[in-house]
Amino acid sequence: MEKIKCKNCNKDIENEIFILNLWVCPYCNYHYTIGARDRLQITADSNSFNELGKNISSVDFLNFYDVKSYGERLKETRLKASLDDAIIVGDAQIEGNDVALGIMDFGFMGGSMGSVVGEKIKILSNHSIEKNIPLIIFCTSGGARMQEGVISLMQMAKTVSSVGRVKENRIPYMTVITNPTSGGVSASFATVADIIIAEPGALFFFAGPRVIKQTIKKNLPSDFGSAERNLKNGQVDIIVNRSDLKDTLANLLRLFRG
Amino acid sequence: MDLKKLEEIPKSYLKEILGSLSKLEKLKKIPFFTGIHFKDAERALARKIETYKSVERDARRVWKIVELSRNENRPQCKDYIKGIFEDFVDLSGDRLTGEDKSIIAGLGKINGKTVAAIGHNKGRDIKERMIYNFGMSIPQGYRKSQRIMELADRFGFPIVTFIDTPGAYPAIEAEDDGQASAIAKSISVMFEVKVPIIVVLIGEGGSGGALALAIGNEVAMLENSTYSVISPEGCAAILWKNPSGTKLAARELRLTSGDLLRLKVIDRIIPEPLGGAQNAPGRMVKIVKRYVTGALEKYTRFSGDELKSAKVHKFESMGFFNKE
Repeated sequence: MEKIKCKNCNKDIENEIFILNLWVCPYCNYHYTIGARDRLQITADSNSFNELGKNISSVDFLNFYDVKSYGERLKETRLKASLDDAIIVGDAQIEGNDVALGIMDFGFMGGSMGSVVGEKIKILSNHSIEKNIPLIIFCTSGGARMQEGVISLMQMAKTVSSVGRVKENRIPYMTVITNPTSGGVSASFATVADIIIAEPGALFFFAGPRVIKQTIKKNLPSDFGSAERNLKNGQVDIIVNRSDLKDTLANLLRLFRG
Repeated sequence: MDLKKLEEIPKSYLKEILGSLSKLEKLKKIPFFTGIHFKDAERALARKIETYKSVERDARRVWKIVELSRNENRPQCKDYIKGIFEDFVDLSGDRLTGEDKSIIAGLGKINGKTVAAIGHNKGRDIKERMIYNFGMSIPQGYRKSQRIMELADRFGFPIVTFIDTPGAYPAIEAEDDGQASAIAKSISVMFEVKVPIIVVLIGEGGSGGALALAIGNEVAMLENSTYSVISPEGCAAILWKNPSGTKLAARELRLTSGDLLRLKVIDRIIPEPLGGAQNAPGRMVKIVKRYVTGALEKYTRFSGDELKSAKVHKFESMGFFNKE
């Protein structure tokens, strides 16, 4: 039997149990970061997902070069993550409820938000309005995609505007904060939702510990940025275990119907 | 090969060039290859060095603009408000938990009409900078801005914002008070209001902290101001993993007014006095006054709904991607 060592509590977890437990440690409840496809599988009813915006892809329009070109980074990441970009969007059903569903993937360039993430959230928002179905976005991101320069900053504006139109149409908008969600995504569409749910232990902040430490030259509290600290500070509505997430979302969807 | 030339290329490219150089030299030493023409390889290498030299020159040019944008003798938000607005009243507090002085917000008159002014102020000497927290805002500042924008919207007062911030203040308290949601909400409020919003980037347009005041019907940038998703220092630390990449990062980020006009992120460049705004602050304020007055006149002609949907259209169209 193959085993993995939990990076939080160091206990051995049998691989099969780990997967059955939805990539959550059965001993310490540490919620591991999972890819968008796995997330889709444990969230949407089977075969209910119709992907939208599959035809758009990122392009190195600035010829951005650090120690590698953005174009090259994109090529490598697409192979490694077997995804087109840091989000998949589409319509789906959750316990029979129609939703417009977006799921980010940290494995694709740190879930960074560039033009494609922005455009896909716009497409998803338009779909939500057109079909009059609630909008749910699972967030995980290191922030804006620097390789797209200020255009990535503008995706914060673009996404806030797009989901804002959903809200104006009195369509429920919920986000699920998963580990980690920070920077430009935290300060845009992730935090303007009607309901903000977080997974246990998910890190959720705008400025990260490294930057803050540099500025204040002090050690940070051990729970800095955690979902639990955010709950205490009034920044999220509820913390929900991964195993209960689908039920909670379905319940909220029913409540919003009145 | 003249090794002196290598001093003029960026440090982070040095390894690559030296690698190719030593490979070439090694090949030359193998007796078997004697007589083989190395000219092509040498020429290619020389071309590469020339390209890198021009990258370095360009990075230095951009870095000068970054330094100008941060120059403490440039006019600041306070100076523009004083020079452009009459009877200005400075308003304080977010009516929730506190007051953030790094953002100035209030009401004043331009050509006899009430206009709201909101902007980051950095301060000049160290004492002032401490008061204004170097123009780095906390949630209370963004929420004060939202409050004044909503007030302006209710009374039909146009809004002018002045952007000059290194970015939002990175601190535990700011995070605990909801820095992320405060910035997001500010962006959201700026889309919702139906009065004209004119945005002027006067110095440093740093990341989300800048964007929180920058959703405008028209966004103008002073010639030597900058607007960026991350500071060149921050970008170099993450991507180059070394401060030596800072100037290159500044170039790669395309943060100058020229770049941003080309990318259609801004609508207009406001020219500065020769050598930069710090050389003639009074004249700079007058130039901005003329611009703001004209822009207000132009945008007050539109209906609230027109203004709102034009903003939505403009920002939701931003982005570059391939479409099959």
